[in-house]
Amino acid sequence: MSLVFAGVCSHAPGITGRSDLADPDKRDALYAAFDDLHDRLEASRPDALIVIAAEHFANFFMNNMPSFAMGMADHYEGPIEDPDWLKIPKFTAPGNRDLSGRIITEVMKTVDVSYAEEWLFDHGIAVPLNFLTPNFELPVIPVNINCQGPPLAPLHRAWAFGEALRRAADSVPERIAIVGTGGISHWPATPDSGRINEEWDREFMDRWCRNDRSELLDYDDLTVYADAGQGGFEIRTFLAVSAAAAGAKGTMHFYEPIPIFAVGCTTATYDL
Amino acid sequence: MSLYYVQKYLYELNRSPSVQSDYRADPIAAVEVFAGDGELKLTTEERSALTDPDIGKLYHLGVNGQILMHFAAFHGIEWADYLERMRDGIRTHGPVREGVYALTTEL
Ligand SMILES: [Fe+2]
Repeated sequence: MSLVFAGVCSHAPGITGRSDLADPDKRDALYAAFDDLHDRLEASRPDALIVIAAEHFANFFMNNMPSFAMGMADHYEGPIEDPDWLKIPKFTAPGNRDLSGRIITEVMKTVDVSYAEEWLFDHGIAVPLNFLTPNFELPVIPVNINCQGPPLAPLHRAWAFGEALRRAADSVPERIAIVGTGGISHWPATPDSGRINEEWDREFMDRWCRNDRSELLDYDDLTVYADAGQGGFEIRTFLAVSAAAAGAKGTMHFYEPIPIFAVGCTTATYDL
Repeated sequence: MSLYYVQKYLYELNRSPSVQSDYRADPIAAVEVFAGDGELKLTTEERSALTDPDIGKLYHLGVNGQILMHFAAFHGIEWADYLERMRDGIRTHGPVREGVYALTTEL
């Protein structure tokens, strides 16, 4: 039918795994924001949820690294991390192989995408799903953009991928929701974990909400690395959602730097 | 000088219970099965960093933190201790040799 929902949120593993170490007021406010995002998603009555994530060596490695990959299975398992470490129990999330196949076929008309008939969800997908579809009742189509192992596809290609996802969503009869997860500025899993560039994040999210292509593509990996860290490479997932939203304007519902979670925790949606 | 294979071993360990049980039973033998004899894939320095394990050395060698943090958790190392071991690695061995997970703040 069409794209019925487009949003973004953070996916840092500390959000669940180190929840007990955070300032309780900030943590609870973030969890309330996730619940609000859940309600918005549910209100859009989606038949399937595309999660554009930036995975962290759960399925893809530098022996054969796709720039863009999509899942094509009827079920997915996770989390790949130790459930006690992530504090998310083992789960099986539903997929939809047929729908994935139709969407991938359409995407391939303009973007070379790898497909995967098995996919272990890491925190990049498991943390968002933990809040957005806690009962695992909504079929998921996992998407990965390589943001970890350079060379990385340039930002304008992530944009083109987002455009292709929109065209594909519009080409199927199902109601499709799309959520991008990642960044924004952060230095995760380094000794600098907890460093957050709030000013940079707010400027980026202002641009994200205005959704002007040239403004959003006016970043490059060298300056992103300097200002937003290697975790900032994950803006590709946010940009793909911007492109999929096709000019719609957005609203940031929540932003709060929470150092023990290693990221400025964010939720935002486009008004499609 | 084979960061790729250091990370490849940790990638396989992180995602495979059977690689984990082989490592737990005999880390030196497990790493040798992966890398074979000689230094083509893993140097002596890299082998001992993997088997000791030396989190600070692995960080200094350039192992991506998204791989390294799970290896630390696998060894029961708490989060704050993991961050401190990386700093110790820089103090002892010098800056991160390659990759994008370098330290950007002062020690
Ligand atoms: Fe991430």
